[in-house]
Amino acid sequence: MTTLPIDPATTRDAVLPPAPDPASPWRALRGMNLGDRLYRMTLTALALVLPLLLLTLLAELVVGAWPAIKRFGLRFVWTSVWDPVAGVFGAAPMIFGTLASSLLALLLAVPLALGVAIYLTEFSPKWLRQPIAFLVELLAAIPSVVYGLWGIFVLIPFLRSYVVPPLRAALGWTPLFSGVFYGSSLLAGGIILAIMIVPYVAAVSREVLLAVPANQREAALGMGATRWEAVWTAVVPYGRAGLIGAMILGLGRALGETMAVTMVIGNRHDISVSVLQPAYTMAAAIANEFTEAVTDLHLAAMFEVGLVLFVITVIVNACARLLIWRVARGTAVGSRAL
Amino acid sequence: MSARSLRRHVTSGLMTGLVAALSFTVVLALVLILGDLIAKGASSLSWDFFTQNPVPAGQTGGGVANAIVGTGIVVGLAALIGLPIGIGTGLYLAEYGSGRLGWIVRFVADVLNGTPSIVIGIFAWTWLVRPMGRFSALAGAVALAALMVPMIARTSEEMVRLVPQSLREAALALGYPRWRTSLRIVARTALAGIVTGCLVGIARIAGETAPLLFTALGNLNFSTSVLLPMQTLSLQIFTYATGPFEEWHRLAWAAAIVLMGLVLLLGVAARWAIRQGHGAAR
Repeated sequence: MTTLPIDPATTRDAVLPPAPDPASPWRALRGMNLGDRLYRMTLTALALVLPLLLLTLLAELVVGAWPAIKRFGLRFVWTSVWDPVAGVFGAAPMIFGTLASSLLALLLAVPLALGVAIYLTEFSPKWLRQPIAFLVELLAAIPSVVYGLWGIFVLIPFLRSYVVPPLRAALGWTPLFSGVFYGSSLLAGGIILAIMIVPYVAAVSREVLLAVPANQREAALGMGATRWEAVWTAVVPYGRAGLIGAMILGLGRALGETMAVTMVIGNRHDISVSVLQPAYTMAAAIANEFTEAVTDLHLAAMFEVGLVLFVITVIVNACARLLIWRVARGTAVGSRAL
Repeated sequence: MSARSLRRHVTSGLMTGLVAALSFTVVLALVLILGDLIAKGASSLSWDFFTQNPVPAGQTGGGVANAIVGTGIVVGLAALIGLPIGIGTGLYLAEYGSGRLGWIVRFVADVLNGTPSIVIGIFAWTWLVRPMGRFSALAGAVALAALMVPMIARTSEEMVRLVPQSLREAALALGYPRWRTSLRIVARTALAGIVTGCLVGIARIAGETAPLLFTALGNLNFSTSVLLPMQTLSLQIFTYATGPFEEWHRLAWAAAIVLMGLVLLLGVAARWAIRQGHGAAR
């Protein structure tokens, strides 16, 4: 590509970021007439909407939560009493429930998603690839509220009659499976979340595995590895950072998921290590209590729950992106909506 | 074949079987969910279901006409607000996005893409519901628009980036100004991809419930005013599924089929659009 001979002084535009790419004729031709300037200004204005949105979102959460932050400080995230009448708010059980349900979901979803990704990239017959990938992606298209509906009327009854009795018979002595099972529980929430995040984790893992150079695979096979050994010792380790990124991305999804979890987790403000007991999540608390907040302090506490949730998901997502970028640099893997 | 070699090959075969089994488990979950939807909801789909409004709690009959119309209005309004911003941002990122602002916008879009939708609901509540003093379909639409903009921006950017540089150069060499090159040549070439991205984005927000809980709120009556609370299918399913009445549960399943059908229809349209584009490019 050659650069057109235009005086560099006229091609500079004060608003523009520095260091233009000299290889692009697009840049060399910049800022010539009114139409171009208007076009560029319009697009820039539209592009500025997103940063503005993020800033106002963050500012509004902090401002809204300020009374609660001032009143409770760090106690808000460490204590467990949630009493709107007395005006005492401690969100520890919600934070615990959010993390516990998401980690449980991840525990269940990762083997499934990894299985799908490995099967589709390495083993499946060609004619099966598209259909399976399509069906797995379809899981991501099911609305959250429909998952919740299915959870209430199909999954919970199924757990009650077929899964929990043998589980308790075998493992009931551990604190993880103790207590009476009423249906709505951490377990139900975790399973629903797992099904919901599988398509995301699988899709990103698959793209990561596809980005692994073929010579990794070929070298392992050439040294006499079996097909599985080639996958497990050469392909998967090569994409490890990206695969972990995919899992963290799934975790981020699970943390913020609201409707399905609200409908099956039981919404009990209490910390229990047993997965058979009801729990609460931050998103569920906002869904249930936000419109019912009567006192200003209660509303501020809801804002602070939102702020904590927002900050956690931003950190988790940022970690995921960095890890994925390390493997599949330059592509928009994972940012593409399914 | 030595024992060791045999063991290695057996392991390889077993693990292949395992990943295949895991894949089919996931597909089975989908089949089960869709199967239950049809088994429990299909029998309640009737003419009345689509044309009647809900009847008072406890009575039988009634439909979800208000929710179907409401979904159309809220989602349509959200698309009206969100699509221009999203596509504009995508064009900016593809055309001028190599600098620092481009990096920031891209990063922010990714952050917002991962933001819980319920937090976006709080955003719309603060800026629209609180100042206006009442819940409204408009607030719901704004919340949904905020959800779709980052997604559409990133897919549009990707699609515009796929357009070959030579096409641009050809247009510029013919004396086209850059803005017309960008709109008439580049964006038009990428049109099928952009449309697909938009349809996928609309499909995703059509099923959203959380950001509507305290913005559009829901409405038992038929309403077309965007300044009043409005029912959507997703809100209706939530209310009916968590309610105590058998009749409500029945209607929730039927409404879920309709919502799922709507989402799938948009998905199919998206696939069709991209295929049209590929056909034209060839």
